[in-house]
Amino acid sequence: MLQTRMRGRSWNFGSLYEVMAKANAPKSGDRLAGICAQSAQERIAARQVLSEIPVSRFLEEPAVPAERDEVTRAIQAGIEPIAWAEIRGWSVGELRERILAANGPTLLRWGKGLPSEAIAAVAKLMSNLDLVSASAKIAVDVRCRTRLGGSGILSSRLQPNHPTDDLAGILASLDEGLSYACGDAVVGINPADDSVGAVRRTADAVSEHVHDVLGVPTQVSVLAHATTQMEVLRQGGRLDLVFQSLAGTEDACRSFGISGQLLSEARACQKELRPELGQVMYFETGQGSELSAGAHHGIDQLTLESRCHGLARIHDPFLVNTVVGFIGPEYLADGREVARAGLEDHFMGKLHGLPMGVDVCHTNHMDADQNDLESLAVLLAAAGCTFFMGVPMGDDVMLNYQTTSFHDLATLRETLGRRTAPAFEAWMEREGILRDGLLTESAGDARFFSAGRRRSA
Amino acid sequence: MSALLRETSREPRERTSARIQVGRAGTRPTTAQLLRFQEDHACAQDAVLATVDAGTPGRLGCVLESRSSARDKTEYLRNPGTGRKLAEGEEGRILARITPGAQVLVAVGDGLSPAAVEAQVPVLLPALLGCLRKEGFESIAGPVFVHLARVGVLDALGEILRPEVGILLVGERPGLATALSLSAYLGYRPGPGRSDADRNVLSNIHEGGIQPLQAAAMVARWAASMRRQASSGVGFRPDAG
Repeated sequence: MLQTRMRGRSWNFGSLYEVMAKANAPKSGDRLAGICAQSAQERIAARQVLSEIPVSRFLEEPAVPAERDEVTRAIQAGIEPIAWAEIRGWSVGELRERILAANGPTLLRWGKGLPSEAIAAVAKLMSNLDLVSASAKIAVDVRCRTRLGGSGILSSRLQPNHPTDDLAGILASLDEGLSYACGDAVVGINPADDSVGAVRRTADAVSEHVHDVLGVPTQVSVLAHATTQMEVLRQGGRLDLVFQSLAGTEDACRSFGISGQLLSEARACQKELRPELGQVMYFETGQGSELSAGAHHGIDQLTLESRCHGLARIHDPFLVNTVVGFIGPEYLADGREVARAGLEDHFMGKLHGLPMGVDVCHTNHMDADQNDLESLAVLLAAAGCTFFMGVPMGDDVMLNYQTTSFHDLATLRETLGRRTAPAFEAWMEREGILRDGLLTESAGDARFFSAGRRRSA
Repeated sequence: MSALLRETSREPRERTSARIQVGRAGTRPTTAQLLRFQEDHACAQDAVLATVDAGTPGRLGCVLESRSSARDKTEYLRNPGTGRKLAEGEEGRILARITPGAQVLVAVGDGLSPAAVEAQVPVLLPALLGCLRKEGFESIAGPVFVHLARVGVLDALGEILRPEVGILLVGERPGLATALSLSAYLGYRPGPGRSDADRNVLSNIHEGGIQPLQAAAMVARWAASMRRQASSGVGFRPDAG
């Protein structure tokens, strides 16, 4: 029975996913969908009910039935049966306590056995510091060209976007980012022109600069649609990672122009072309995209985000990040909602065993500013977030939003004692940008990598 | 660790509007850069809340002024679905002025930056109409202006006007570098049931990005390709002709 008594009043809920939606921390997207709790007390009543639900119920009752949704089938295919057997008898409340008391390797083992809906359920019962504490224990190691992850490492995606894909402009921002020791996760460009020709031109030029001229131990990605990247790869274009945005329902994936089969093909394509690479996929997620596509099936945005992670899991990615705060105030209204969602997404990704990063960001039409962003970045860095974005002064001049800056990455590493990935750090030490993990006198000046350096290469 | 690094050489900065060569104070930005950033953010925040003045659409060359079902800016921001539907009674008003079944429909929407519309549309729109004719479009519906418009309003217009290709010029969410950036969204046979995957977009149309005249030629060329390929969105290949 989905009911509870609280201070003499009884609360009844009609379905498991009504409980799930109402147990959520307040978010404008759930309000927009008309599924959120109607009062603060109803929210806590839903959490009480949720805390007693057995974890096993989430496999029996997925958010969208398996026969009509391939994301559900992907989640089910990703569950490791021995770990599931260990967990399935616990209630959600008990799962929370066990997670908070367990060590990192145990959490990784349990995570492999958990359906995405159960991971979302336990996140709803966790406070912000619970989410930080649990996430910080989970270290996920991955390898593409270079290795990433591990405890004490805070990596970054160097994101040198340009409004017209001007190569000199992209390389100017790229060199600037390197001079702050950013870019150990990936150099990833969002193209303004997402045609095959334009994507290939950017991919080849950036790969030549990063790999051939400078020899930076990192990866290169150009974030067009997966079908475009596959065409670039087939034509001999140079990309290390295949990127794709994911959604948490089959219908929402279709609105992104993707399917599980397409993701498998993209991965197989790159694995065949580049057998020396380890993991080759890069995914982005973010609360609210299913509702935005009109394909949320009445399910709350936190649960759908978790289902994106379940879909990502079976495609063995090198990088995953949520883009928290990008799609607007109708999904996350202000800095407080963005902070909550960022911590939730990161925790759920880590419990899925994913190398989870966060694009800690905000747009100009929501009630948030750079202080909200910086505060969340500190929380997530403390939570062991795998990577953040690095953008000049945090101002992305192509995507028109604000995210973390080259300066922020250097500050977070210095303040919290984090390092870049080992091979990258060794390269930066040789170049004279880092010493003992900290910026040197030479850092912050891209002239270091400019004309003279290129001639000598 | 270096205590202070002032802004350095100007040359690479001419290649991009990104905030590079800005120096640092320890690991943090300099005071001048911090305040410049906050000034730009303040402008962007104010731009979102601006509105398109009455009479502006006519001055821009629009033959009809319509509006979405959003009652005001707040509802528009918090409930984007209202910006994708037309207000009650608009269908009749539109059909009284425009004959359905044109080869191409051209619409303009304020979107998230009325200022971008006022800055780019005066050059872009006449050029686009000219380029469309050059690309062989004989019947052009509109231009229609939609107040408090989201991208999806193109499908609402498509349902009523049933063009082969629909084009929506719409103000982008303001960034810090500019609040004047416009996007052109294109869809083949826009209408109910269409989604983002069925559309293509040319974004960053502004002085520091894609020039309005260049954008007009590209958009018209894409529209013609869509008509030839009888498709748009993920399956559309703009380079394939």
